[in-house]
Amino acid sequence: MQKIIKIIILFIFLFVIGIFYISLTRDTNYNTSNLINKNTPEFKILSFDETNFYTRDDIRKYNYTLINFWASWCTPCRIEHPILMKLSKTKNLTIFGINFKDKNTKSKKFLSELGNPYDLLAKDENGKQSVRFGIYGIPESILINKELMIIQKFVGPLSIDDYNAIIKIIE
Amino acid sequence: MLSNLGNILLFLNVILSLSIIYTAKRNLKIYGGVDKNIFQLSLIQSTSIIICFFVLIAAFIVSDFSLITVYQNSHSLKPLFYKISGTWGNHEGSLLLWAIILSIFSFLFLVYNKNHPKKFRLITLIVQNILILGFLFFILFNSNPFSPISPVPSEGLGLNPILQDPALAIHPPLLYVGFVGASIYFSAAISSLITNYSEKSFSLSIKKWVLISWCFQTLGILVGSIWAYYELGWGGFWFWDPVENASLLPWFAMTALFHSLIVFEKRNLFYFWVIILCLITFTLSVTGTFLVRSGILNSVHTFASDPTRGVYILIFLSLMIFGSIFLLFQKYKKENYDLNRNSKETFILVNNWFMMFYLITVLLGTIYPIFTDAITDNKISVGPPFYNVIIFPVVVVFLIFMALGPKAKWIKNKFENIKIYFLILTGAISLNLAIIFFFKSYSLLSNFIIISALFLIISSLIDTSKAIKKNKLDFARIISHTSFGFLVLFIGLNHIFSVEKDYNIKLGETKKFENYSIQLQNLDLKNYKNYQAIIGKLVIKNINSNQTNILNPEIRIYDNPKTLTYEAAIKTSLIKDYYLTMSNIDRSDYYNIKFQKKPLMAWIWISVIMIVVGGFLRLFSNAKNN
Repeated sequence: MQKIIKIIILFIFLFVIGIFYISLTRDTNYNTSNLINKNTPEFKILSFDETNFYTRDDIRKYNYTLINFWASWCTPCRIEHPILMKLSKTKNLTIFGINFKDKNTKSKKFLSELGNPYDLLAKDENGKQSVRFGIYGIPESILINKELMIIQKFVGPLSIDDYNAIIKIIE
Repeated sequence: MLSNLGNILLFLNVILSLSIIYTAKRNLKIYGGVDKNIFQLSLIQSTSIIICFFVLIAAFIVSDFSLITVYQNSHSLKPLFYKISGTWGNHEGSLLLWAIILSIFSFLFLVYNKNHPKKFRLITLIVQNILILGFLFFILFNSNPFSPISPVPSEGLGLNPILQDPALAIHPPLLYVGFVGASIYFSAAISSLITNYSEKSFSLSIKKWVLISWCFQTLGILVGSIWAYYELGWGGFWFWDPVENASLLPWFAMTALFHSLIVFEKRNLFYFWVIILCLITFTLSVTGTFLVRSGILNSVHTFASDPTRGVYILIFLSLMIFGSIFLLFQKYKKENYDLNRNSKETFILVNNWFMMFYLITVLLGTIYPIFTDAITDNKISVGPPFYNVIIFPVVVVFLIFMALGPKAKWIKNKFENIKIYFLILTGAISLNLAIIFFFKSYSLLSNFIIISALFLIISSLIDTSKAIKKNKLDFARIISHTSFGFLVLFIGLNHIFSVEKDYNIKLGETKKFENYSIQLQNLDLKNYKNYQAIIGKLVIKNINSNQTNILNPEIRIYDNPKTLTYEAAIKTSLIKDYYLTMSNIDRSDYYNIKFQKKPLMAWIWISVIMIVVGGFLRLFSNAKNN
């Protein structure tokens, strides 16, 4: 009996230390890059004008969709905005904006000031829908193809390099 | 220059440790007392490591940026005080502090235990020096504070502004005396196993060290909490952050340890349990260090992490764990506890169960996320709800035992006066009802917690009056236990009666709630030596009592490194704290203010201080008796 207990104790410690060792080599930051090549999660999200809901079926209609999470209170969103405007002029790409935890009046002002690059616009007032997409800070953008597969994920403001990468993919 | 000097001193320490081990080993075989040379070597060892630390402090004071550590953690414009405290505010410097405490405790243990067997003392010294060597190698080859950088940068990167704080200057040293101090009874426990020194007197050799480390650990945790309260800006003082937990884990083990030591000393029971607790305490300290420094946990204490660092501590930890398990298995003999269910021994054992319960709960909560991540790839985080749900209901029972336990007699106890407990309970319940009647009602669990805390306080006070009559007063225990009761009571009341309000406010605007009004009267811009501050002037008015308070929260813009911090304005009084933070909202004239009224905050701190006072009293009364 005593022997079994001893073996169990040893095993527990070995196990703990083993896990510690494995963890050392892992990235502990929350990382959503594993979403790439996965299917878009199911969602049902209220449109910006509150007239209808968008679901996955709306994305299926287009060859490529870039889902962009933004808010008027987010300074980096302003920085990436010109890139979105530029992208909105390209064919073959639908830009689907999700207004994240924002006030209607402020987001409208934001768009009227800086221009509206979005083909589809929805809002996520309490931020719950965005969690499905693995969003933990904005701005973030996700590039999705017709088969609803996530091709690329952009954390932080889109840069000119990201712009070129997107253009390359959709062509 | 300083770099060379520091490295030479570090090498000198390695040689000193090796020669202490060698001399002690040779001395073991020789008949007679402990070799005088060993004392001298130990003294030189402590002195030289302290000098080594002063060299590093000097490098920080003169801003010698040829050292990487100084370059990364200091800046020439930083106030002198923070240049100095920056020495141990970083990974490398704090490891040097580890080595100092290991060495000093090693020396003091040798000096203060002259009436214990020579073999026991020498082997303790050898084990302790092996630990010291382990850390010295770690410092030298992985985390050397004296590593040079070239070309020499003209300016340093600066110390994180939220660390530039007096509380944080003393927090690490206090905490380190606590959990590095635990090393000495780890070594003593190993030595006791090796030399079969299991008599009662063994407890005397480690008792004071356990108490010292416990007192400092408690103070260290307290200072950390106070810092978190006024610096992190959301009014909380305990976050269940993994690193806070890491400091709490050895604390539970220490608390259990010095309680079982009482039984061991009086009745020669629980020898192996005491040994296991000695081993666990320091093992948990090193585990905590591993979790913090390897970067496998993310928390407010994140040091720049480096996997090789983690590997080194992990190897060290494994050697410690498996070495002690191996030794323990070899020496372990089943002890027969013939305990009466109603006796002081049993009550102390119950205390230990509670401590182990808390320890396991917090340990699981802390490392569980690491496990799920490694095994299932799931990121989860274990937060306050987990701890609150599991720990607080159990505290109720714990407090009741804490009230009953100390009065129990050794060997066989009889509760003579059950009536008095009913009276105390009735008193506690009616006080609780009075609070509800005069102020407001609260949840069932809160009721239980308040009642049990009051139960402990009242019964401790009755004990005191009885003991004074009989002239048999155990101040240390009564102060610590009563203060613990008060601590729980104050935390409970604080939790129940805290008020929190959140507003966006413009200059000149006034907001009203309950019987208070808040006005943002003025904003001021000031330049300081290493930062700029936007200082708000907010007037809080209690409409009922017509009392006004002015609070000045700040938004600070630090230069080096460029950082924005929000300084809370706190108005402390004996009854309540007003706590106010202000932050700017981008591109708007509005400021976000968070106002909190937190009753009895000062008393929470005072209770913890009194708990420690009890610990020190015990330490002094022990010293007097021996």
